[in-house]
Amino acid sequence: MENEHERILNDVTTGEYKYGFYSDIEMEKIPKGLNEDVVRIISKKKNEPEWLLEFRLKSFRHWLTMKMPGWANLRIPDIDYQDIIYYAAPKLNKSPDSPDEIDPELKRTFDRLGIPLEEQKHLSGVAVDAVMDSVSVKTTFRETLAELGIIFCSFSEAVQEYPELVKRYLGRVVPYTDNFFATLNSAVFSDGSFCYIPKGVRCPMELSTYFRINAANTGQFERTLLVADEESYVSYLEGCTAPMRDENQLHAAVVEIIAEKNAEVKYSTVQNWYPGDREGRGGIFNFVTKRGICKGENSRISWTQVETGSAITWKYPACILKGDNSTGEFFSVAVTNNHQQADTGTKMIHIGKNTRSTIVSKGISAGEGQNSYRGLVKVLNNASGARNFSQCDSLLLGDKCGAHTFPYIEIDNPTAIVEHEATTSKIGEDQIFYCNQRGISTEDAIGLIVNGYVREVINKLPMEFAVEAQKLLQISLEGSVG
Amino acid sequence: MLVINNLHVAIGGKIILRGINLEVKPGETHAIMGPNGSGKSTLAAVIAGRDFAQVTEGTVEYFGKNLLEMAPEERSRKGIFLGFQYPIEIPGVSMVNFMKTAVNEHRKYRGLEPLSASDFLKVMREKKEMVDIDSKLANRSVNEGFSGGEKKKNEIFQMAMLEPTLAILDETDSGLDIDALRVVANGVNKLKRPDSSAVVITHYQRLLDYIVPDVVHVLYDGRIVRSAGKELALELEEKGYEWIRNE
Repeated sequence: MENEHERILNDVTTGEYKYGFYSDIEMEKIPKGLNEDVVRIISKKKNEPEWLLEFRLKSFRHWLTMKMPGWANLRIPDIDYQDIIYYAAPKLNKSPDSPDEIDPELKRTFDRLGIPLEEQKHLSGVAVDAVMDSVSVKTTFRETLAELGIIFCSFSEAVQEYPELVKRYLGRVVPYTDNFFATLNSAVFSDGSFCYIPKGVRCPMELSTYFRINAANTGQFERTLLVADEESYVSYLEGCTAPMRDENQLHAAVVEIIAEKNAEVKYSTVQNWYPGDREGRGGIFNFVTKRGICKGENSRISWTQVETGSAITWKYPACILKGDNSTGEFFSVAVTNNHQQADTGTKMIHIGKNTRSTIVSKGISAGEGQNSYRGLVKVLNNASGARNFSQCDSLLLGDKCGAHTFPYIEIDNPTAIVEHEATTSKIGEDQIFYCNQRGISTEDAIGLIVNGYVREVINKLPMEFAVEAQKLLQISLEGSVG
Repeated sequence: MLVINNLHVAIGGKIILRGINLEVKPGETHAIMGPNGSGKSTLAAVIAGRDFAQVTEGTVEYFGKNLLEMAPEERSRKGIFLGFQYPIEIPGVSMVNFMKTAVNEHRKYRGLEPLSASDFLKVMREKKEMVDIDSKLANRSVNEGFSGGEKKKNEIFQMAMLEPTLAILDETDSGLDIDALRVVANGVNKLKRPDSSAVVITHYQRLLDYIVPDVVHVLYDGRIVRSAGKELALELEEKGYEWIRNE
């Protein structure tokens, strides 16, 4: 039996990260390093208006006064911000005859990732914005969506075509002074997705952005801005992968969501950045600021995340519940295996009356992984009738990993009802043996138990992605019970 | 079908079984009785493949093959079923999902296609009626929050689903009231096929009023000290284990 467990453990930990390949694509890069000139170069490459350059420079100057936060329960090696390339873009070899045609090598890359860039080949009902390194390479179904007045395009295009909208909303939810990584992003962000759903429109398809890091020594700093006008609805999904490399790479994104009166936004993430190897070499540093504001009454923002990748994850998708009767939700599964570390959770800020929030966090630690839940529930003094329910569960596989919970609760209104539940459990040998005795192998038993454990969260994902996420979890954890 | 020869087993260095000899033929029902600590559950654990029990000497053959070399899941797929004395809870995994996975693994092993969802649910409904289990139990997580009696009935239900060739029931009667005991025993009897066998491990004679064994063995201090027909159980009930000890 010992040998069998050893074998399974070896099989898995030596198993290849499926998306670890590198595409040899001609790139346009700027030299390593960060200074005002670099910020100006990025802005110039994107042909940005003066106000946006000002926003970047303001952010950069502020960033110079900031220090990297040290409060997270993470061991972060020193990051040399001068040793990173801040702009790397695949050269788009557009033929003059058919400007819409995509470079075949790019197309191949996204095909291998399971993201075909041709609309007819794609999953029906999903529009994709594909971003590689610093630029968006293709957005599908733009025209179909435009007929409904929905704007779905790359951030750079939005700056050119809808500058007023971008100007009105950019930095309104995550101000440029917000935190070290968000401020850095505000200075050097290169691309990302922009989405606007007009009043009264229910977006008929899933919108999604697929982020791919390809180039070496580069950081990816994307910016996503999603605006749901009154009475509108949209479901949005992002996915991410990167090549296997021995060096760490930095990914510092900002996502801002605005939900007006009666609007509903569902934002789902399946994060599968390269996690590093078995010894903890390489992997993505994922420092992300995601925040949504329920601006109008009865609005709703729902974050769902499945985090299986990255060497380090630092991420707290938040909801500011400003409109009366608005609702914020956070459903999360975070997996840390081998030497991965995650410090993730959410912030629910209750400002409006009768605002409600739900937090369901499921951490899974295996190998020598360290998994922390960090969450804030804050009820301001005007938020009468606010209600929160939090549930934080941790599952441990093996005895070298760790699970930690840091809930912060700040209540300034006596009518608030806040509940917090937490559990920690371990997949026991008894459970595995019980499954074995019924004919189920150890690997399948772990899959069954883990899927049972995360079901509540996975059920919140759009159907097509729920199946993917389930498989991903199984791959991330196979063989981790020794 | 099952031939155990001179089996010695230790747990954590402590010797528990000291030379067990036992043969179970197709169609037979054996009862193993004995006081606490005599090694009954250890014997069941070794047959099922629990790795904490180390075999230090002896052999176990199942249809002529070395059983001790097989992984626990392989033993299950080859028809060995263990009814647990203390069934394990698995939160978050529904009985339906659990049993569907198990049944389809068994089918795969025999080269059969997996059952479709609707066929599976049909089989499940039939078996539920057969063992008189509350249909709501099937939608709950495996054994989670089940009463003692429900857990034991659930073991028999799983046995019905997997249709084993050799069923080992480890003190399935312990903690059951007389009604539940009857349900469990009836289930076992109904599931008996001419070619299948059962080894019933029990502390008390009363289960054997319902499941009538061909042979009764008395396990004492790691050895089978006496084997005889069903009347041995009655004698044991009357005289107590002291009687064995004194002999």
